[in-house]
Amino acid sequence: MDTAIRIRNVSHRFGEEGEARNVRALLDTSFDVARGELLCLIGPSGCGKSTLLNVVGGLLAPTAGSVEVKGKKVAGPMPRDIAFVFQENALFPWNTVRENVDLGMRFQGVARPERAERAQRALEAVGLKDFADHFPGQLSGGMRQRAALARALSLQTDILLMDEPFGALDEQTRMILGEDLSVLLAATRKTIVFVTHSLGEAVFLADRFAVFSARPGTIKQVITVDEPHPRKPEFVTSEKFTKLRNQLYALLHDEIRKTMSAESARPATPGALS
Amino acid sequence: MRQLAVRAVQIAVPVALVALWYLATTRWGVSRILLPNPVDAARALGHVLATGEYVDDLRVTLTELAIAFAISVGAGITLGYLFSRSSFRIRVFDPLLSAIYSVPLILFLPLYVLWFGLGPASKIALGATISFFPIALSTIAGFGRVEPMMVTAARSMGASDLQLFRFVLLPAAFPVIIAGARLGFTVALLSIIGSETLASLAGLGHKIVELSEGMEMPRMFAYIAFVVAIAAILNIAVSRLEAWGRRHT
Repeated sequence: MDTAIRIRNVSHRFGEEGEARNVRALLDTSFDVARGELLCLIGPSGCGKSTLLNVVGGLLAPTAGSVEVKGKKVAGPMPRDIAFVFQENALFPWNTVRENVDLGMRFQGVARPERAERAQRALEAVGLKDFADHFPGQLSGGMRQRAALARALSLQTDILLMDEPFGALDEQTRMILGEDLSVLLAATRKTIVFVTHSLGEAVFLADRFAVFSARPGTIKQVITVDEPHPRKPEFVTSEKFTKLRNQLYALLHDEIRKTMSAESARPATPGALS
Repeated sequence: MRQLAVRAVQIAVPVALVALWYLATTRWGVSRILLPNPVDAARALGHVLATGEYVDDLRVTLTELAIAFAISVGAGITLGYLFSRSSFRIRVFDPLLSAIYSVPLILFLPLYVLWFGLGPASKIALGATISFFPIALSTIAGFGRVEPMMVTAARSMGASDLQLFRFVLLPAAFPVIIAGARLGFTVALLSIIGSETLASLAGLGHKIVELSEGMEMPRMFAYIAFVVAIAAILNIAVSRLEAWGRRHT
């Protein structure tokens, strides 16, 4: 296996040991992400899947363990190798869609003519070229996430980290964006780590999905979805899809129960760790 | 139609006030020593404008205002930015500045007159002191409440500290800062003209007091009208500047 991301014994704790608000978010997690695959991280809320994504992207230094991306140890953001798509509010509302896309490349010192061309191509790829001069506030949630995806694509990184990118959208928009993403990715062959809590989304998009245990999270099982990209809408109604979805449901169900009972036993759970 | 009614009332009220003023001085026997005839005041205003006798006092007041505002904008935005750089600093400085701002700072005028004399310096110091607070407080609010997600996104795309400031923090904070600066401008103008009436040797506020003490009522009212017009013009200018600034960040 050609490894793009190597995660070794990563643990993370928010706050200091002994403090009232300290939380063990991740416990001794190790696995590899292959070049060109789409790996979904799925698990109960608070299991540390977003934490792991931030560690991989160099936005958060783990308390223990290490991550290597393309053979280099991650010590901070690696904007030339890794692009992020966040859940929401990550576009700059004072810039138009085109300016938003442009800015990411500008941060990296890409020359102006090349920026314009790459922005145009990225906007066409996500189907937003007619909305390039709109402001984010003038777009629907789904279109805003397309714009965020265009910004990430324009950076031409090999790796894309997506933190519940469709999490704030309604089910139908989410379905369409998932289909479009599958088509887009089959064409670009990027390595993608995708955090979600939607079972259907995980099965539909992933080449493999890693199921997390309840907090402190670690990977309980990795399941392969043997179905080529781009995936057709019919895949959702296939027996293979239903079987995988049911398998995932069974795995997750126990962990979600555990999370809920832990939360009711200790109501003061700090948020924002999902 | 409704719009028309609004305009009609807005015009009718000042016209009615002037009419009452006129009637009070011509028909109802209000002493002209206390209240001049509006026609006399208008004539005096025409004379003031025609001779240009206001120029020296206007220059003094506007210079004081410009220097005081430059100081408070410079100091307010710089310190406000530094105070906003961590949630700890915000917790320390935001309530502190708010508390000081709630004190009637005009009380510093006698002290400033002692320190800086009766000339423009004491007016500049007071104007700068009073307008510093709304500007610093709005700067803290502006920079302190930038959506953390945007900062994370910019960092993930490799923004340097300077780029983060120029392309994320500044445009996010700008509308709040500019609102504070506008308020700062208004209170600077207020406190400078106000302190000119209390302790000074020149300026429009000083001129009005001088005329009042000389019982030159029509000219005094002419100057009051003049100051009102100047304040209105400055306000429009600042609004224009604000709108321009919003378009260009």
